[in-house]
Amino acid sequence: MGTLAVAAAVGAPLYLAVAGALFSIGVLGFLLRKNLIVVFMSVEIMLNAVNLALLTVARFYVRTVDAHVLVFLVMALAAAETAVGLSIVIAVFRLKRSVSANDLTTMNG
Amino acid sequence: METILFIVLAATAVVSAALAISLRRALSCALALGVSFVAVSGLFALLHAPFVAVIQILVYAGAILVLVVFVIMLLNLPAGDPRLERVTRLRAALSAAVVAPIVPLVLVAVPAAARGASAEAPPEGFGGIGAVARSLFTDYLYPFEIVSLLLLVAMVAAVVLAKRRI
Repeated sequence: MGTLAVAAAVGAPLYLAVAGALFSIGVLGFLLRKNLIVVFMSVEIMLNAVNLALLTVARFYVRTVDAHVLVFLVMALAAAETAVGLSIVIAVFRLKRSVSANDLTTMNG
Repeated sequence: METILFIVLAATAVVSAALAISLRRALSCALALGVSFVAVSGLFALLHAPFVAVIQILVYAGAILVLVVFVIMLLNLPAGDPRLERVTRLRAALSAAVVAPIVPLVLVAVPAAARGASAEAPPEGFGGIGAVARSLFTDYLYPFEIVSLLLLVAMVAAVVLAKRRI
């Protein structure tokens, strides 16, 4: 491990605070932005925050690599989600010539 | 040393994430998001997770970000209409109300989290590729196989959705 064997001085609370901040930013972006691509990026920020919290718990509390496996699976899920989501964005753009959530009103009734 | 690294990486991650959701142009957002991903990868490395840190760079900064940038380029959107992203006072208030519960959670739960935490370094090889692979291919073999199936399904779905005619 050598150079990576660090971060004993910075405790779990700080890492969890960073994860909380990142998650809040993701939620705000998801709710406030209209550009569908940016909304997708906000989801990725939230997934990143959750991964950070998982790894913090693995490092400071559980001390097994189970969470690392979980993070690995979450990343695979995120990749799949991005591929499908961006294809949906392309399909929407083809239909409406726009990627704004404002123009997706068909289901409003 | 690790404290300085942590401060730099954490500040970079949070600030660039905030930029990623607030910049006007989608491409600028994507590039800020890339910086955030790399900084979070550095935090993973500080958390004794070298394998996940490398995978974070490969999957997020590599695959996902390239895909996002590719789609932005492909759609070649006209410069953002300022009216499009206008945030009404009601929406801002509702969004703040959704995020607000996280603040007391962080203020109360996070200091309490210091109690159960063990500060000493984890055992040698923790979070390395050997330890993660052993866990992944024994205890978590079925989730691993299911995820590979899911990736195949997502690949087919992406082609079907994005293709004009099949």
